[in-house]
Amino acid sequence: MSTEKLILGALLAPLIGAVAIGLGAKLSDNVREAATLITALILCAIVWTIVPEVLAGGRPQLTLAEVVPGIEIAFRIEPLGMLFAALASSLWIINSIYSIGYMRGNKEKNQTRFYIFFAVALSATIGIAFSANLFTLFLFYELLTLSTYPLVSHKGDENSVRSARVYLGVLLTTSIGLLLPAIIWTYLVAGTGDFTVGGILAGKLQGPAVGLLLGLFVFGVGKAAVMPVHRWLPAAMVAPTPVSALLHAVAVVKAGVFTVTKVIVYIFGVDFLFAEPSGAWLLYAAAFTVISASVVALRQQNLKRLLAYSTIAQLSYVVMAAAILKPLAEIGAAVHIVAHAFGKITLFFAAGAIYVASKKTEVHQLRGIGHQMPWTMGAFTIGALSMIGVPPTGGFVSKWYILAGAFQADNYVAVATIILSTVLNAAYFLPIIYLAWFAQPKAPQADHGEAPFPAVFALSVTALLTIGFFFFNGPVLELERQIVQGVSP
Amino acid sequence: MNFSEHLPALQVVVPLLSAPLIVLLRSNGLAWAAATATSLMAFAIAVAITLGVLDGQTFPYSMGGWPAPYGIALGVDSFSAILLLIVSGASSFALLGGRPSLNSQIEAHRQPLFYAAWMLALAGLSGIVVTADAFNIFVFMEISSLASYVLIAGGPDRRALPSVFKYLVMGTIGATFYLIGIGLVYMMTGTLNLADMEVRIQGVADQSPILVAAGFITIGLALKAAVFPLHAWLPNAYTYAPHMVTVFLAACATKVSLYVLLRFDFFVFQQNLAGHAFQFATFLMPLAVLAVVVASAYALFERNLKRLLAFSSVAQIGYILLGASLVSTAGLTASGLHVFNHALAKGTLFLAVACLAMRFSSLHLQDLSGAAKSMPLTMAAFCIAGLSLIGVPGTAGFISKWYLIGAALNEGALGIGLAVIIVLSSLMAVVYIWRVVEAAYFHTPNTSAVNIKEAPRELLIITLLAALANIYFGVNSAVPVALASDAANLLMGHLQ
Repeated sequence: MSTEKLILGALLAPLIGAVAIGLGAKLSDNVREAATLITALILCAIVWTIVPEVLAGGRPQLTLAEVVPGIEIAFRIEPLGMLFAALASSLWIINSIYSIGYMRGNKEKNQTRFYIFFAVALSATIGIAFSANLFTLFLFYELLTLSTYPLVSHKGDENSVRSARVYLGVLLTTSIGLLLPAIIWTYLVAGTGDFTVGGILAGKLQGPAVGLLLGLFVFGVGKAAVMPVHRWLPAAMVAPTPVSALLHAVAVVKAGVFTVTKVIVYIFGVDFLFAEPSGAWLLYAAAFTVISASVVALRQQNLKRLLAYSTIAQLSYVVMAAAILKPLAEIGAAVHIVAHAFGKITLFFAAGAIYVASKKTEVHQLRGIGHQMPWTMGAFTIGALSMIGVPPTGGFVSKWYILAGAFQADNYVAVATIILSTVLNAAYFLPIIYLAWFAQPKAPQADHGEAPFPAVFALSVTALLTIGFFFFNGPVLELERQIVQGVSP
Repeated sequence: MNFSEHLPALQVVVPLLSAPLIVLLRSNGLAWAAATATSLMAFAIAVAITLGVLDGQTFPYSMGGWPAPYGIALGVDSFSAILLLIVSGASSFALLGGRPSLNSQIEAHRQPLFYAAWMLALAGLSGIVVTADAFNIFVFMEISSLASYVLIAGGPDRRALPSVFKYLVMGTIGATFYLIGIGLVYMMTGTLNLADMEVRIQGVADQSPILVAAGFITIGLALKAAVFPLHAWLPNAYTYAPHMVTVFLAACATKVSLYVLLRFDFFVFQQNLAGHAFQFATFLMPLAVLAVVVASAYALFERNLKRLLAFSSVAQIGYILLGASLVSTAGLTASGLHVFNHALAKGTLFLAVACLAMRFSSLHLQDLSGAAKSMPLTMAAFCIAGLSLIGVPGTAGFISKWYLIGAALNEGALGIGLAVIIVLSSLMAVVYIWRVVEAAYFHTPNTSAVNIKEAPRELLIITLLAALANIYFGVNSAVPVALASDAANLLMGHLQ
């Protein structure tokens, strides 16, 4: 099969899967969930088939439609997008297994709708990853927002509808209000919105306008959750945990930082932005978000909200790394997208498993829970250590590269931020680990045991991946070195 | 003489002749079938004209073989093609799918008359678009207005009567103003043919009757087009009209008046009246901005679904005017596109409303609680059209927003301000559409609404088709963009 067909296949597979899920649900729940799993496997197989070509330097592309002259729905796979697509599609398999355990264990309603929109969201994610220009990216960006809305409002009670309103409000407001003008401005100035190695804005824009456009992009991409446009992420935690795990720790939020990174690398151009002082604010904005989100996380009692604020901080790590504008830091940004994904999905899986088994949601309820749920809390511990950046976990690798990039640029603000945030991460994760393993429960607890097997299986796999990424990260580094070719060190 | 040369005349003559025939038909079913067939024929003619225009064909036509400026001339270009498409398209969609709704709303013994009035409205609106004669425009305007008063008042809702009376008074004032205007121009130039007027007005352009005429014509047409703050007649007229009439008129009626306004202004006044371009922009731009902001704000707090959408229409007319008031090719392209795309979105929304109205006795938002449970397809169509109205990518509405913001950003500092306003009002659209979505999807259904089924099949199919058209033209916009940019070049071409 030609790669063009593979690209189309990757986009369509989840959509066809969504139809199959809807039809399968009429037969039985098992058929429906089999359809989800098979779709996830097919998507993953398709995406991984494209990997060798991109690794070898190929840039497969496909133009789907020319909406109006000069504006196309087109796809072009470059290393960053390849990485993101491979990550999201692979984790979808594990997440589907987990979903089955979680949704059944919780006896959630409207499960068919849940699986259908999940599949649509994945298609949108792949569209974002493969997009060849800003227009296509925006199209799928909005599709992702809209397709995740029914997932966030899944419960349908007043609280989740209100939170979903915040979710949609922030994401649509920022994207229509800031990102769209930024994209149109780019098309007007550069005459194109194609993602091009070395950027398209050099020589077309200078002075404060560069900083302003960068601001429109960064805050327009609300999914990157740079403060003050982060409010939607804690709000999204009302969703069932599989949604929080795959979408609000991987697909949606990573689509945000992925977009920011792609815009910096392929629209502005790393060297152009480095030479332009008006863009320097981004690093400080990201650093501020890292620190303040960590401080807020310290004060959270609800486990999922704590994880959400931790995600906000970790997302800004990626933005900050991209804003350092040096080759090693750009690699660090890409690697952190992967490392954080493995770690954070594990943490969310664990939080969800705890909820399914014991209905516990608050941190102080977790005293001694490690003895009842050793697998879950073991995985949680690994995920938490990765967040802090302790070897041998994936989080260490990306921190290493971001720090190296910061030193390359003599950027001590970034260095200080990383050190301080590491301390803060430790300060909010270590107490939970201590409580779970070493504290004695105050009152005798009901013996709820472990979560359903699919959930435990999924979180064990992602915990292993978190450790595995420390040892086997060669292909990822290989892939991402290609994006910074030609950038001055 | 080639057959295709007669198309502009047929566009008007076909529905005009069918009207008296329909009156004679005794059976309601036959009357409906004849009206629908006529409307489809008009649509086919419009499509043929559009294809010709896209090929670079022009359609000059002299009624009865009398050459202009002595006889009445017709003319069609890409700008008119856009309008012809939406006029005949909206009429066809409404008639094709609307039978169940019309049967439930129009008394049986009045139906043939009602369909005849519909044909007259169609003929009048098409006539305004194809004619190249200023007085002829007035005649067709009266035909279409009188017919639409009848259509609006034709439903069972007695509140339509005061609304239509208001519309009648305002519409008559507007038409009279227009008539006074062309009377003055005729006095000074001795011609009613627009092309001829454009030449002859040069010698007298600085005389005060011409300036007064420009004022009367602009205000008169702005009244007919419901330009803020002359929109007061519109919300109630749309709200209480039979649902299918709302579909038809909301998609095209005001836009036709706006078309005349732009045509008159750009062909006759802009290049001849000293400082007129500046006056045009500074007079209409603030009104457009106010329309966009104030009408959207009204829609935010409106509880009746139809009136909410009617206020949104006033805001959308503001967008069209805003693009035109930039007096640039990009701005006019955006306007032309939005004429087309808004007709698609609003037509679909009102079709979905008609579906809801078949099953729900009241269109207040709280009475529509849980509508999505019982009518999922209708609400899906509503959502798609709503997204198009907001301007979400992948829908037709996005394309015109894209062009409009692009055109605004070309204008420097002022343009940035305008872009901010466009974006803000898009967000207001998010809020008012989402109020409907939340009511329909998340509120618990009222006890009376338990046994509600989907709308009748033909209405539902047409509604879904219209929703799909919103997506199709969001992904493949080549035709409307070609028409709109050609129209913009045409209008700007008269400014040299």
